[in-house]
Amino acid sequence: MIIWMIIGMALVTAVPRFIPAFIIDQAHFPKWVDRWLNAIPYAALGALIFPGVLSVKPDAPQIGVVAALVAILLAWVNVHIIVVVLGAIASVFFMTL
Amino acid sequence: MGTQAIEAVTGTTRSHMIKRGMIAGLPIMLGYMPIALTYGVLAGQSGMTNVEITLMSVLVFAGAAQFLAVGMVAAGTGVIEIVIATFVLNFRHFVMSLSFMNRLRGIALRAKIPLSLGITDETFTVSMLYRKESKEAHAFWFYAALILTAYVSWVGGSYLGGVLGDVIPPRLSQSMGIALYAMFIGLLVPSVRKHYRIALVAIFAMMINFLCQWWGMNQGWAIVLGTLIGGLSGIWLLDMEEEEP
Repeated sequence: MIIWMIIGMALVTAVPRFIPAFIIDQAHFPKWVDRWLNAIPYAALGALIFPGVLSVKPDAPQIGVVAALVAILLAWVNVHIIVVVLGAIASVFFMTL
Repeated sequence: MGTQAIEAVTGTTRSHMIKRGMIAGLPIMLGYMPIALTYGVLAGQSGMTNVEITLMSVLVFAGAAQFLAVGMVAAGTGVIEIVIATFVLNFRHFVMSLSFMNRLRGIALRAKIPLSLGITDETFTVSMLYRKESKEAHAFWFYAALILTAYVSWVGGSYLGGVLGDVIPPRLSQSMGIALYAMFIGLLVPSVRKHYRIALVAIFAMMINFLCQWWGMNQGWAIVLGTLIGGLSGIWLLDMEEEEP
C-alpha cells in the first residue's frame, strides 16, 4: 500500500511542477505578468515564513517568534546564511532547555 | 592579470557553472540534512521500511508533504486522503514553477522539464536569487547542479535517518524545526536590505496566508493564495526591480 501512496504522491507533486514548462514555452506574457512572476519568490518566502514559524513549538508560539527575530538580526548584519540557520537552531535549543 | 584572464575565459565553461551551482546549493544542503534525518527517523517509527523511506524522497522530493504523509501513515489515514493532501500542499510549486520557467525562457524545453521537477521551496527561492546566471551560457548546468546538490542531501539524509534510527537527541531535533524558517528568513532579508519594498510584498503575502488559515482554509491553498496575491502587489511595488539587468 505504501508504494502506491508514494507513486500517487510523486505524480500529484510532479505534474504541477512541470506543466508550467510547457505553458511558458507556448505563451508570451504582457509586462505586468512578468513583474508578477518576478515578485513571486518574495511573496512565497513571506507566505512560507508566517504563520508557519509560530508552530515550531506549537504550545509556545513565542519561541518561534524570538528565533525568527534572531534570524532576522543575524541576516541583517550580513553573516552567512549558514550562521543564520545555526543561530536560530541554537536560540530555540536554549529557550527550550 | 594572468589568472584574471583565465577566470574570464573559464567563467562560461560547463564545469565552472556546475561548480558555482554546487556552491550556491550548499546552504540548502546544510539546511536539508537535519530535516531529512528527522524525516527518516520519524518515517521509520511510523513503520515504513528503509526502501520506502528513501524511495519517497527520491520520487516526491517535497519535505513538508513527506512529513505530512508520515504523520498520516502513523495515524492510519487512507492512501487517497494522503495523496489529495499532498496535491493541495504542493500546488504552490505550480506557481513557483511558472515564475522559475519564465526566468529560464532562454533555455530549451527539454532542459526546462528536468529543472522544473526539482522545484522545492528552497531550490526555487535560492535559484531565483541568482538572477544573472539565467542569462549566462550553460545556465542549465548552474541550476541543475544547485538542485542536485539539494536533492542528494535530501535523499541521502532520509536514507541515513531511516538506517540509523534515533541518532539525534530529541531536544536537538525539536530545535531543528526552526532550520528551514531561518533559511527562508536568511534568503529574504538580504533582498529587503537592497529594496525595502520587497518587505511589503512579503508581509502582504504573510497577511493573506494568515487570514486564509484563520478563516479555516487549508494550509496548502492558503500559501498558494498568499503567494499569488502577495506577488500581485509586486506589480506596483517592485517596478524598480525591472530596470535591473
